[in-house]
Amino acid sequence: MEIRRFLKNRVSLVGLVLVIIVIFAGICAPWISPYDPLKHNVVNRFADPSWQHVGGTDRYGRDILSRTIWGSRVSLSVGFLATILGAIGGTMLGLIAGYNKGRVSNLIMWLTDVFMSFPTMVLAIIVVVAFGAGTRNVVLAIGLAFTPRFIRLARGSTLAVAEHVYVEASKATGRSDWGIVLRHVLPNVAGEIVIMSTLWIATAIRLEASLSFLGLGTQPPTPSWGMMIKEGMFHFIQAPWLSLVPGAGIFCATMGFNMLGDGMRDALDPKLRGRLT
Amino acid sequence: MLTYIIRRVLSAIPTILVVITIVFFAVRGLGGDPAIAILGDRATPQALEALRERLGLNQPLWKQYTSFLWRLAHGDLGRDLRTDIPVAKLFARAVPYTIDLAIWATVIGILIGVPTGVLAALRWNSPLDFVGRFIGILGFSFPTFYLSILLLFIFGLVLDWFPMMGGGGDYSDPADRAYHLFLPALSLGLIKAAFVMRLTRSSLLNVLHEDYVRTARSKGLKEWVVIYKHALRNSLIPVVTMIGLYLAVTIGGSIEVEIVFNRPGLGKFLIGAIQERNYSVIQSGLVVLAVFIVLVNLITDLSYALIDPRIKYE
Repeated sequence: MEIRRFLKNRVSLVGLVLVIIVIFAGICAPWISPYDPLKHNVVNRFADPSWQHVGGTDRYGRDILSRTIWGSRVSLSVGFLATILGAIGGTMLGLIAGYNKGRVSNLIMWLTDVFMSFPTMVLAIIVVVAFGAGTRNVVLAIGLAFTPRFIRLARGSTLAVAEHVYVEASKATGRSDWGIVLRHVLPNVAGEIVIMSTLWIATAIRLEASLSFLGLGTQPPTPSWGMMIKEGMFHFIQAPWLSLVPGAGIFCATMGFNMLGDGMRDALDPKLRGRLT
Repeated sequence: MLTYIIRRVLSAIPTILVVITIVFFAVRGLGGDPAIAILGDRATPQALEALRERLGLNQPLWKQYTSFLWRLAHGDLGRDLRTDIPVAKLFARAVPYTIDLAIWATVIGILIGVPTGVLAALRWNSPLDFVGRFIGILGFSFPTFYLSILLLFIFGLVLDWFPMMGGGGDYSDPADRAYHLFLPALSLGLIKAAFVMRLTRSSLLNVLHEDYVRTARSKGLKEWVVIYKHALRNSLIPVVTMIGLYLAVTIGGSIEVEIVFNRPGLGKFLIGAIQERNYSVIQSGLVVLAVFIVLVNLITDLSYALIDPRIKYE
């Protein structure tokens, strides 16, 4: 039923196709990219797009299309890993804060409110300042910035689920608190978490691009879309494709995950609306 | 009302303390020795030691922390280690650029977002609504810096209507100020408009199915009266709330815009300091940015209490 509703939604189908294209590019990068993304070719600097170099070349003569294809690896890994990190940490803390009503959960919720009032971008910058720039730290930064968002969601659902009679029944049979949370609460919360994760993957990819653009993310020479756009920005007049091609990569990935997530949300839970970055 | 205001103002204090503490320890974690970062690899051990002494880096951590708090409480943000100018003075110069950008981006976001959202909701499921929703997702997906680059390219370079760089001289001439502000504010405002549009649309759609709207219609009121007086007013409450919450996000987004347009605001300043590891500027910069956001949230919260009397009883 849900699957049929999902497939009927054209927006989410387009999203699914875009996501598949990006994931395919990321996995098959070594075989489908026409050139080595790191190979310099000084003779062929700033080449216009042509049949040899569909996306043109940059100031070192590196093939832009190949770099963009390889760049999807960085974006996808950051997108998935950061979101999984935030989702796991946030869900665990959210389950605790929702099920146990004591000082610990009050503290968790207070800290969540504090962190929620800061834009993810600013939180991510603070983490990068502490641990230094680089892809691994960007995953950590975005994951930490996402955690409070997942705590909120998991706690809200937990509060609702914990009211049900079957939870009380389970309690009566003498099951431990952890047993109840894992057996009854988590499966009910999981659906929403997965949908929300799909939407946050798009945000993570966008944030990675922004941080790399600011010079705080992935470091050269590893191809990353944000950094390629930053490099291309200085040559926009003579070679606009330097930033337009990786821009198309970001566009495919974030649009794809957003459309997919939107469709999933409509299909599975029409109530879940409104989301903040 | 007064107790609510006092309680809300007091609750901002521990928040600010937590943030200051996090910033303090984040900056201590800053890769490498700040003294080496400032003086370079070739500095003599004596010079390094002297600088560490001057920065208080030789003291135990708790002492550094308390003296940092003490100085902040006295409004002392330290000095720029390179130029020896007081950091507070540098920030005082930068903050207006960021405030202007955030406010005008919000205004543009509302001016574009609310009418298009209303239109999309009234023409629900029509091609117009479909286009609106597509643009909404587009705004959600587009990195702010990328839209800035595209606008800079089109309007700054190809059409040459607006300046490419800077914030407009010494900021004294209002016309020049607006001229330099337009493109940055438009970049940030368009992204914001997409959020506002989505929100207005879904909020109005929810309200349009309420019983009291049906009642208003069945009373025989004209359609525009039903929509304007009954539906729209109520549906705008969550929109106003979110726009307030979004002010903080806008300040986050202004960092990228300032970098692209070379606008000398807080974000540009902070990123520059991180790149050259300007220790004291990063530390105070993050604190100023964070306190700025806490204050924006505080003002937003207080203004809701004025709009919606239910809030203060929570």
